[in-house]
Amino acid sequence: MQWEPVIGLEVHLQLATHSKIFSGSPTTFGAEPNTQASAVDLAMPGMLPVLNEQAVSFAVRFGLGIGAVIGKRSVFDRKNYFYPDLPKGYQISQFEAPIVGRGSFEILLEDGSSRIVGITRAHLEEDAGKSLHEDFHGQSGIDLNRAGTPLLEIVSEPEIHSAAEAVAYLKALHSLVTYLGISDGNMAEGSMRCDVNISLRPVGSGILGTRAEIKNVNSFRFVEKAIRHEIERQSEILDDGGEVVQETRLYDAERDETRPMRSKEVANDYRYFPEPDLLPVVIDDAYIQAIRDALPELPGDKRQRFTEQYSLSKYDANVLADSRALADYYEAVVAECGDAKIAANWVQVELLGQLNRDERTIGNCPVSATDLGALISRILDKSISGKIAKQVFEAMWQGEGSADGIIAARGLQQVSDSGALETIVDEVLAASAAQVQQYLDADDAKRKKLVGFFVGQVMKLSKGQANPQMVNELLAKKLV
Amino acid sequence: MHTNSVAQLIEGLRERQFSSVEVTQGFLDRIDALDGLYNSFISVDASAALHAAAAADKRLATGEAPPLTGIPIAHKDIFCTDGMRTSCGSRMLDNFVPPYDATVIQRFRAAGAVMLGKTNMDEFAMGSSNESSFYGPVRNPWDTGLVPGGSSGGSAAAVAAMLAPAATGTDTGGSIRQPAAFCGITGLKPTYGRVSRLGMVAFASSLDQAGPMAHSAQDCALLLNAMAGHDPLDSTSSCTDTEDYCNALDNNLQGLRIGLPDEYFGDGLDSATGECINGALRELEALGATLVQVSLPHSALTVPAYYIIAPAEASTNLSRYDGVRYGYRCPDPVDLHDLYTRTREQGFGDEVKRRILVGTYALSAGYYDAYYKKAQQVRRLIKQDFMNCFEQVDIIAGPTTPGPAFALGAKSDDPIAMYLEDVYTLAVNLAGLPGMSVPAGLVGDKPVGLQLIGRHFDESRLLNVAHRFQQATDWHLRRPESAAGPLTGGAA
Repeated sequence: MQWEPVIGLEVHLQLATHSKIFSGSPTTFGAEPNTQASAVDLAMPGMLPVLNEQAVSFAVRFGLGIGAVIGKRSVFDRKNYFYPDLPKGYQISQFEAPIVGRGSFEILLEDGSSRIVGITRAHLEEDAGKSLHEDFHGQSGIDLNRAGTPLLEIVSEPEIHSAAEAVAYLKALHSLVTYLGISDGNMAEGSMRCDVNISLRPVGSGILGTRAEIKNVNSFRFVEKAIRHEIERQSEILDDGGEVVQETRLYDAERDETRPMRSKEVANDYRYFPEPDLLPVVIDDAYIQAIRDALPELPGDKRQRFTEQYSLSKYDANVLADSRALADYYEAVVAECGDAKIAANWVQVELLGQLNRDERTIGNCPVSATDLGALISRILDKSISGKIAKQVFEAMWQGEGSADGIIAARGLQQVSDSGALETIVDEVLAASAAQVQQYLDADDAKRKKLVGFFVGQVMKLSKGQANPQMVNELLAKKLV
Repeated sequence: MHTNSVAQLIEGLRERQFSSVEVTQGFLDRIDALDGLYNSFISVDASAALHAAAAADKRLATGEAPPLTGIPIAHKDIFCTDGMRTSCGSRMLDNFVPPYDATVIQRFRAAGAVMLGKTNMDEFAMGSSNESSFYGPVRNPWDTGLVPGGSSGGSAAAVAAMLAPAATGTDTGGSIRQPAAFCGITGLKPTYGRVSRLGMVAFASSLDQAGPMAHSAQDCALLLNAMAGHDPLDSTSSCTDTEDYCNALDNNLQGLRIGLPDEYFGDGLDSATGECINGALRELEALGATLVQVSLPHSALTVPAYYIIAPAEASTNLSRYDGVRYGYRCPDPVDLHDLYTRTREQGFGDEVKRRILVGTYALSAGYYDAYYKKAQQVRRLIKQDFMNCFEQVDIIAGPTTPGPAFALGAKSDDPIAMYLEDVYTLAVNLAGLPGMSVPAGLVGDKPVGLQLIGRHFDESRLLNVAHRFQQATDWHLRRPESAAGPLTGGAA
């Protein structure tokens, strides 16, 4: 039987607010355990939550970014369960009335095509703390620094049908939220955590199969692997005539497998009910409009503009608009050098290549956009060749200064002085009498090859600085 | 001196008839001498109190002291006090010393008041007799064989016995008004949101409200002035302007329309208590008020609705007491489950466990719509009943309780009978209205309370009516004999 996977993703996105969602504690990552936990975060008796307005505005920004209905009266609820890293014994979340309703956004697939994926809802909630099981000699430690960090839980429609599509969805989401500036999107620090709901059905069937939920998958790569594994596991069961059990599973990255969580960890009746310590969040049109007015250009619009304004291919536009930082960098390079095509090449090939090699991001790139633009300008005004430019770029990367400085210091200026070039050409022809004779005896096709040889010799002698076009002209004149 | 009202103490301190240290020492001596009888205090820190009193005397000497400077006040042990144990009447918090003050405590400190100590209460404010306290029951100063009412029974008894001139209480379903009635003092539950809940250990968040308990309406007004006001750290606290609650005390009652709900004068009301109430109403009529018969048709649903909503909220509010971060932890837990179950089994008393179970059940999947959601709908109907009445009348009056204080142990094995004690007070909390209990007579030696209910944020009018009533009567000046004690007319 051919099985079609049906996948829905729930992403817990950490919002980049300065303080927690219901207390004034800072949200900085990596602090000493329990140094960022106030009496509210510790759920001391009598402590009360106060909603952080920035979290609300970030959620609304997300809603507008996916063209969603904004919940004008959203309600916080208590989700009740006991766990040591959940200090109140309930999580404040939103159940019946979320702040963001149905919306959708565009994802880019590997073949360059794109698709719209629906978002069911997104709601605000607080994060739990962390249980630390090592170093406590059979006991557990609790770190509540993360408790109360604002999360936006983004629930997709079950419209994703492969591991690759799931990854594409997450990448597009990552791009969108960093564009919106509502999250740092740092996966390694847990800023985007993913639960995967997955079921299989016979290809062509309209009925959903029984699903399993895989909890807390924390990188694009693990999402892909976990889904592939789970598809395999479920299709084996179904092929053997068995039934998939509805359950929550955990992805074990080390063993590359999913396994069921202990039933104790999942058998919860959360007893949701409206949080009586908080008032409903009422949002008016003016508030929404103010956020709408301040929205940045979103990835889809930017890609579109790049193809139109800079005549870029769809592929180039996709790469360059992938992150807001890269897109801004690219546009600054264009502004400096004035040539969108060459700028696109340089940014994609040289710049991204170097960033990859050095495991850096555009955020800590050692060469500024203006400096790269200036370097490209030197190619355009024929001061240097493209090949020399790569050397210069290398030096700029190492921090040796600006393009002009390096060109001057190393004497890399292209030689376009016809007298000087002529001397070099003559020298080469004199030293290659045999090849000159061969050339003269050869037909047109062979001659082309031999011209290449002479040009190479001239370049070698000029240390690459000879203006190639002028060398060609001189050779054509002399080889008769 | 201990017979003085807060208003009289303020005057005496300003006129240097006595110092705050003398007054404070006087009350501390009375607590020492008499509280063995009542068990109304859980914690007293005499040296801290005297220290604060000495500081108050210095401020008074400068002539620029805030209104309550030097006035000793007892606080219900539900308000967190920085550096002083806050037990909430429970073994669970027997070892809990908060590193912060509740907003109410901060406000009293800022107003210059001296904290005498922390008063006994039903465990987590759950009870109507003060028998559920981990620290043992409080006894009613009018007859130590009787309960003082609850849950603010310690505060009520302490004020009635003149161990403190005034106290704070909290009222989730009658916990200020019912003990005030049983102990013959004046108590006010303000409008929901009038006083900050921050730092007040939560029982039922949508119902809890702190208020003053004292001998007179005037004293309650003086205390409310210190307590009331918006708190940005309590999202449910109101931004409605506060006022000087003493301003309207003397207004005359000509033309005041008082609504008497049929449902509050029916079969359940003890006849002698009813007679006291009728006497008080005639007095108000004589002062110029008009009595109007009104109806609160959904009254019969009050007790069931309350006993869904309050336990539901309580069941999750009390989830934080898990033995992990503070408070009681069972000895030698073998694993997490054992830690949770034994900590909560040993840390909570029966009444608290009963309500956690009821509340958990009411919120469970499959029961939520039938219980919690339905109860919230009923709550809206009950509120609407009041709103309808307030179109015809300015305040509503009736008995605070169906009868006077009952004997210790009389109802402690019958939760339903205990819950029915609050039949006249619960609706006020469900509707978020302000309510008062004012001494209105005695049945034998047992005080009876007249309940006054006002429109939202109309505390001033309630205090005005109560004050005029107290100008014309002396029920609020009666004191229990047991409190005459060995110190009468002596040092204090």
